[in-house]
Amino acid sequence: MLSDRDRIFTNLYGQGDWGLEGAMARGAWDDTKALIDKGGDWIIEQMKASGLRGRGGAGFPTGLKWSFMPKESDGRPHYLVVNADESEPGTCKDREIMRHDPHLLIEGCVVAGFAMGAHTAFIYVRGEFIRERENLQAAVDQAYEAGLLGKNTKYGWDFDVIVHHGAGAYICGEETALLESLEGKKGMPRMKPPFPASVGVYGCPTTVNNVESIAVAPTILRRGAAWFAGLGRENNTGTKLFCVSGHVEQPCTVEEEMGITLRELIDRHCGGVRGGWDNLLAVIPGGASVPLIPASQCNDLNMDFDSLKELKSGLGTAAVIVMDKSTDIVRAISRLSYFYKHESCGQCTPCREGTGWMWRVLERMADGRAEKHEIDMLLNVTYQVEGHTICALGDAAAWPVQGLIRHFRGEIERRIDARLLGEPVMEAAE
Amino acid sequence: MAVRRLAADQPTTFAFSADNRAWAGREIAKYPEGRAASAVIALLWRVQEQEGWVSEPAIRVVAEMLDMPRIRVLEVATFYTMFQLQPVGRVAHVQVCGTTPCWLRGANDLKDVCRQRIHGDQHALSEDGRFSWEEVECLGACVNAPMIQIGADTFEDLDRGSFEAILDALADGRPVTPGPQTERMRAAPAGGLTSLLEVPEADTATEELPPTGSGDRPAGALDAPRGDADDLKKISGVGPKLEGILNDLGIFHYDQIAGWSPDTVAWVDEHLKFKGRIDREDWIGQAKVLAAGGETDFSRRASADSETD
Repeated sequence: MLSDRDRIFTNLYGQGDWGLEGAMARGAWDDTKALIDKGGDWIIEQMKASGLRGRGGAGFPTGLKWSFMPKESDGRPHYLVVNADESEPGTCKDREIMRHDPHLLIEGCVVAGFAMGAHTAFIYVRGEFIRERENLQAAVDQAYEAGLLGKNTKYGWDFDVIVHHGAGAYICGEETALLESLEGKKGMPRMKPPFPASVGVYGCPTTVNNVESIAVAPTILRRGAAWFAGLGRENNTGTKLFCVSGHVEQPCTVEEEMGITLRELIDRHCGGVRGGWDNLLAVIPGGASVPLIPASQCNDLNMDFDSLKELKSGLGTAAVIVMDKSTDIVRAISRLSYFYKHESCGQCTPCREGTGWMWRVLERMADGRAEKHEIDMLLNVTYQVEGHTICALGDAAAWPVQGLIRHFRGEIERRIDARLLGEPVMEAAE
Repeated sequence: MAVRRLAADQPTTFAFSADNRAWAGREIAKYPEGRAASAVIALLWRVQEQEGWVSEPAIRVVAEMLDMPRIRVLEVATFYTMFQLQPVGRVAHVQVCGTTPCWLRGANDLKDVCRQRIHGDQHALSEDGRFSWEEVECLGACVNAPMIQIGADTFEDLDRGSFEAILDALADGRPVTPGPQTERMRAAPAGGLTSLLEVPEADTATEELPPTGSGDRPAGALDAPRGDADDLKKISGVGPKLEGILNDLGIFHYDQIAGWSPDTVAWVDEHLKFKGRIDREDWIGQAKVLAAGGETDFSRRASADSETD
């Protein structure tokens, strides 16, 4: 188990003061000037050496992303945009950072912004996080008052943080949709290229990072890249906030070492699977968008990017949705398909039409009102949606369905058979 | 995609209050010059806070304030699903999260309550016009599922009973407490902390544990340690705070814990609201090893940690 000494989010549950005083007592803002004085190149090199991969789902190396920003400004300002539009079903980690340790995020904005030559950060908070946004704004106000933000800061780099909010649109978690929304438009993703590092918000060079990626940066820089890289394993380093929801005795959010086994995560922090480990049916290991993993693959499963990729799933946001044997697995995935149908922005036809089609077919399959050849037809449609849209929402809608068919095709067939034989369609697996 | 239309019945005019108009000016000033459109969501949200919903005249007013074509503001109002395009309940508009993590833990029960107590249909007003409800997609509090949001506040770890109690209170005008509706500290495990036990404890942590100076003590309690007390923190699950509490209860040695009967375990568990932690972490097994002079995986790591400090 990760030692408390290696935890970055030491006020995760709001046990202490989330404000400036409490944050400083926990080590935030401790000689930020010393970090800034070492220069932007040093910061980026340290972030690369730490092995930190983006915590928003895609796992792109954070230091590398920062290095894509132009070295010199061509007259256009540079912007840092923090993606706090946390809406991936199962995920509720950035919420805890914003309401219980917002200064980690604000200080992270300063070091990240400085490293990429930005004087302004926008933090785009999802509309529903109203109390979280209030805490974050209050913390920003404290930082201005204490000379940690604004002009003539204590560390010698002018920096503004603007807290912005959405109004209910999952798609705005996609980085270019977020930029559109920030500019006051519908959140419809942009074609790439150009990438945000050349043309981002207001047509200026922009880097978009997840809340957790930014919030861990100051601690990594203070404690050293080697410390962070020493946790987990190569290419999967550091600590990670895990959100475990669903059928466990005690759902919770907890910071653990990357690569912890699923079983230790659930047994140690969540009081075990409801009804015991053998009652596990499947998990969705990284938020709604990643394919589920059946219980047979869950023993000795390491929770990191590469281990989950090997199983054709993904770590995503490390939001673990646990389902025990009482779960109607077809309907559980169908409910996710409904989510993607609801959240598709409607810009690309395969996604706009495909998400609704997949949901309607799955709803029939949950009742056994389908024909077996339709299972392959459904699978085929998922491949026609995947990779054929501007953004990854189409992929995200396709993957859970593919995972269901890959591992639970027999369950779908059983329901179709039961319907044909006039037997009641038992919805749970048992 | 969600298809959303403006309501058929619209008021003829809309105006921001003087305070809100001044606030809007400050909000627009947060963005670079010529980028006033960035404030469109914030202004529409303020419309909704003032009126309860977003009407067509309000869309026109906001467009004018931001120097945007009306159609662009209409697009924003219909695209973002938090904007209510028709009147909502005067007392509360209940948003029930129905996405899979909440669904797995009973969101359908909450939807049933809404249908029974508010209206069979979403977005429709209750008979007295005081309540309305809708099913929404993931609200981002999945470890506290199932949950709802009313206005700015979330109500978490609900079941049928606690949800109905909230509706009752709102109907009677009594205050309600947001957050988890069970004995639980926000997103921490319900049975007590499993991490962050070593960091300095702060004020709210004390709410988690009842005072133990009741004079009531577990079997085998001592008034003082026999010689030096053992380091109970070597037991996985015991931090400095729990060690102090155990000492207050007269528990100083591994062999005391190793000798606990099931009744004593139940007493301590109940008394300290550990909710099964003693069994889960196998304190007795650990204590037996430690009492015999052995080491557990955890105690070895704990010693190694303290040596490197």
